[in-house]
Amino acid sequence: MRIVETMQKKDWPAIISRAMGVAVLLAGVLLAAGLCAATPQDNSIPSIFDSHSTPADSIRHLSFFVLGVTGLIFLVVFSLLSYAVVKFRGRAADIDREPAQVYGSTQIELAWTVIPILIVVVLFLATARVIHAIQDAPKPAEAVEVTAIGHQFWWEFRYPSLGVVTANELHIPVSDPVRPTPTFLKLLSADTDHSFWIPQLAGKTDLIPNRMNETWLDPHDTGLFVGQCAQYCGTQHAKMLLRVYVDSPEDFKLWVRGQQQPANEEEKEAAGRRVFERTACLNCHAINGTNGNGRFGPDLTHLMSRRTIASGAAENNAQNLRLWIQNPDAIKPGSLMPAMKLSDSELDALVRYLETLQ
Amino acid sequence: MVCLIIAESAIFTIFVVAYLFYVGKSLSGPTPREVLQTPIFYTVCLLSSSLTIHFAGRLLERGRRAEFLAFWLVTLILGALFLYGTGQEWHRLIYEHGLTISTNLFGTTYYSLVGLHAFHVTVGLILLTIVLLFGLAGSVGPEQSRRVDVLSLYWHFVDAVWVIVFTVVYVLGR
Amino acid sequence: MSSDAIAIQTAEAAGRPWVARLHEWVTTVDHKRLGLLYILYALFFLVIGGIEATIIRIQLMHPHNDFVSPQVFNRMFTMHGTTMIFFVAMPILFGFANYLVPLMIGARDMAFPRLNAFSFWLTAFGGLLLYFSFVGGNGLYGAGNAPDVGWWAYAPLASRAFSPGHSSDYWTIALLASGFGSIGTAINIIATIVSMRCPGMTLSRMPLLAWMNMVMSGMVLLAISPLTAAQIMLLVDRYLGGHFFDTQAGGSATLWMHFFWIFGHPEVYVLIIPCFAFASEIIPVFSRKPIFGYPVMVGATVCIAFVSMSVWAHHMFTIGMNSYANSFFTITTMAVGVPTGIKIFNWLGTMWGGKIQFKTPMLFCIGFLFQFLVAGLTGIMLASSPFDWQLSGSYFVVAHFHYVIVGGILFALFGAFYYWYPKITGRMLNENLGKLHFWLFLIGFHLTFDLMHIPGLLGMPRRIYTYEPGRGWDTLNFLVTVGAFVQGIATLVFVANLIVSYFKGKKAGNDPWDAWTLEWSVSSPPPVYNFASTPRVASRRPLWDLKHPEDPDSRYE
Repeated sequence: MRIVETMQKKDWPAIISRAMGVAVLLAGVLLAAGLCAATPQDNSIPSIFDSHSTPADSIRHLSFFVLGVTGLIFLVVFSLLSYAVVKFRGRAADIDREPAQVYGSTQIELAWTVIPILIVVVLFLATARVIHAIQDAPKPAEAVEVTAIGHQFWWEFRYPSLGVVTANELHIPVSDPVRPTPTFLKLLSADTDHSFWIPQLAGKTDLIPNRMNETWLDPHDTGLFVGQCAQYCGTQHAKMLLRVYVDSPEDFKLWVRGQQQPANEEEKEAAGRRVFERTACLNCHAINGTNGNGRFGPDLTHLMSRRTIASGAAENNAQNLRLWIQNPDAIKPGSLMPAMKLSDSELDALVRYLETLQ
Repeated sequence: MVCLIIAESAIFTIFVVAYLFYVGKSLSGPTPREVLQTPIFYTVCLLSSSLTIHFAGRLLERGRRAEFLAFWLVTLILGALFLYGTGQEWHRLIYEHGLTISTNLFGTTYYSLVGLHAFHVTVGLILLTIVLLFGLAGSVGPEQSRRVDVLSLYWHFVDAVWVIVFTVVYVLGR
Repeated sequence: MSSDAIAIQTAEAAGRPWVARLHEWVTTVDHKRLGLLYILYALFFLVIGGIEATIIRIQLMHPHNDFVSPQVFNRMFTMHGTTMIFFVAMPILFGFANYLVPLMIGARDMAFPRLNAFSFWLTAFGGLLLYFSFVGGNGLYGAGNAPDVGWWAYAPLASRAFSPGHSSDYWTIALLASGFGSIGTAINIIATIVSMRCPGMTLSRMPLLAWMNMVMSGMVLLAISPLTAAQIMLLVDRYLGGHFFDTQAGGSATLWMHFFWIFGHPEVYVLIIPCFAFASEIIPVFSRKPIFGYPVMVGATVCIAFVSMSVWAHHMFTIGMNSYANSFFTITTMAVGVPTGIKIFNWLGTMWGGKIQFKTPMLFCIGFLFQFLVAGLTGIMLASSPFDWQLSGSYFVVAHFHYVIVGGILFALFGAFYYWYPKITGRMLNENLGKLHFWLFLIGFHLTFDLMHIPGLLGMPRRIYTYEPGRGWDTLNFLVTVGAFVQGIATLVFVANLIVSYFKGKKAGNDPWDAWTLEWSVSSPPPVYNFASTPRVASRRPLWDLKHPEDPDSRYE
């Protein structure tokens, strides 16, 4: 009745290869851990394990705990399964006899119900502590307040108490553990959902239209930290990049002072300024001191203080600016910036003018 | 049918949740308090139709066809009255108060919730009419009693939903 | 005897013109034919969804790759997700349920054969409608073609303002149609199981496959309906100018998220529970032991169904819910792990002390067990909401749910194909090709989805058509793409096996696996009427009783 077939030849490779599969996974996790240990100085890899800010630190600690517990469960169950697969493989010799028919056991069932429940309780308590620590953190008086507004496909940052408006590149002061100056962000959206995510500084929080969310950063190291929009928001979701500069308190003060100045006025670039004021530019863009005060696009008052344009899609230099104004699709296809169709001389004048906006 | 009712209940639940979620969140008028009038008479019509359909079912079981048909007809008329009532209310809202489905959140949620219910009443009425026609043709007897019961279960469900819709829209929602 | 029956049938079939045969298939109300139609339809879309996945992976092979434009990429991942969930996984599982449930409970057909046919054609129509968007999505506005709003179609991205043209309408109406189809089938399955079981088959003797499909159907009723309601609201918004999800008029974007995930999370269990069912039928047969803890398995399934109704917002940990809501959804989500763990242990208990035969169906089921274990554990990580604030919306999540859907659902499905193919066609699938398929697919799977976790940990969000170089994602993405190709090749081996074995496969006979449930008592393929005389059962394993009259199961129950 039974199809008699030799099994020995076939099960060993099965086990070995499965073990290999798992080894790859473990190696992967180790690789990730290794990557965070040997991170280059410039923070170019935004690993969640390479945290530089209080909320990201507590998440990292929690994640190591959860990884440890789940890793342990994995090892135990994996060994049991592998053991069962090897130990109870059918052998050719006694293939005709059926094994003992066992229907179940209440004690064993009870054991493997209660133990997981205990594990879940432990994991939950550890999690609840971190939820509370991050979400219900009090806001100190020294905190910097920023309003972040998500647009398709760029970030608007407003510092209401400092009177600063900028885009895509957020500057915040480093926070001293003794006298912490964390940054509290109010998150809003002008159109669709977005999500604010700098893996090394904090977990993500969504920006949702008609709703205000909050998050906070408390960095303890200076430097540039990268992230990007983490909630699908339309065609150019991929190039809605985000850069956060954590400055020393002095640098931050300097930066704020620079941003508070009105736009540079150089008489020799008045031609470019006229192009800005007489074309559709001013419908969407604002430059402090001109009659342009649109808010659909980034504020350009201190455009040249930013290292990138088009929300991090390209380096901020004359060549890219020119290309961006002429044909935005070349840099970011599907962005909402229209091609301006300017003549070459207008374009040159405009780019020269923009370059003065330090 | 019980399964269908479970699924339908889930659909209604979502609409009711949406209605409650948006109560008082409209950015512009008119508001429920200004325009809604409690349709007591039509509610009584619909609820009493539940009773008549129940009696009709029992009568059919006992083989009293003529009385069954009479009660069935009464159910049908009561249901149609209710539908007329809804139509009248919508007419008043649209022409007197200018409230349409795209006016504000109240309009959107009100018309879709009440409309979904009215749609179910309409389906029920069509089914009731079919049974009535079969009955007049003389082909509904005690042996169809179970099928008729299934339909009457649906009708009870539609009534029960109205109780909830009524509570939500006319009592809580104002 | 059975082979004679097949010979007669095929001879008859060959004698008639193909138009007549086609007509027969199109108008059929037979549960086996409808089941096959479901399965074939789903396989067709599996290939299409697979092609879409390949396009996605080629685009992501290198940073700043320009294989496709961002618009096309966004359409691809939207269509890939929608297709795989609604037009591959759902119909294929309904197909198996349709085919197997009546056979396993000793019934002649489903309770409502016509409703069954109607449901299938609704689902089929939905799929065609979705793909017609490539042609008709332009509409009057000339904007876009296939939907590009993601398979969640989050508000307000799917509203008129942000999604002009008709692409999102096709998406909505296609899902509405297939949703009604699913509700119809679910009602049908429940009615069949409740009222058409053969004499002696009490609920506690029903095969686990029937049990789990009943639970799944109950969940469909409670999960698809909210989606249907939400789709109606979206249509009201898009066509009648309603404001349900219009954030400009006070509407709420989060309301759609809630409604979608009230559907979306139970949906995962709707898909995985029938796969639990496959594993629960296949593992005992190839371990030569009855399932360990049958009542506990049933209880755990029902428990999963209930708990999974209250976990939806774990997809929304990042939307800024308060700390109490986050804690609540953390504990409920972790709690799902308990009954799921019980199931894994029960399968382990079934194998323990058995004599495991490593036939292809069993290999796939063992793969399923290991991978489902990993998927469950990454699920626990995601349930821990602060950890989720980092992982949500990243490639870690993508890897996690593909581990569930490919590593769990698809592996179990492949197992089911190898296990029931002989019953359905009367011929065995080729064992060597099957093993090749298994190993290739296993390697490809682990190469793709093990590695895919890591870019997520390194900050790579999902749904991006390209990424910046130098963030540590490049090599990993390249290897992930290589793995995707290996899986593609393995799938071709599988398709080849399906076709070749249909013509050249070994004759199967009634009961090639020496199994225990009723479907193996009839010929392969089963006759139109299923059972010549209504079977009568006295235990959970009627064929065991028949084969071992000296030691029947009925003695222990």
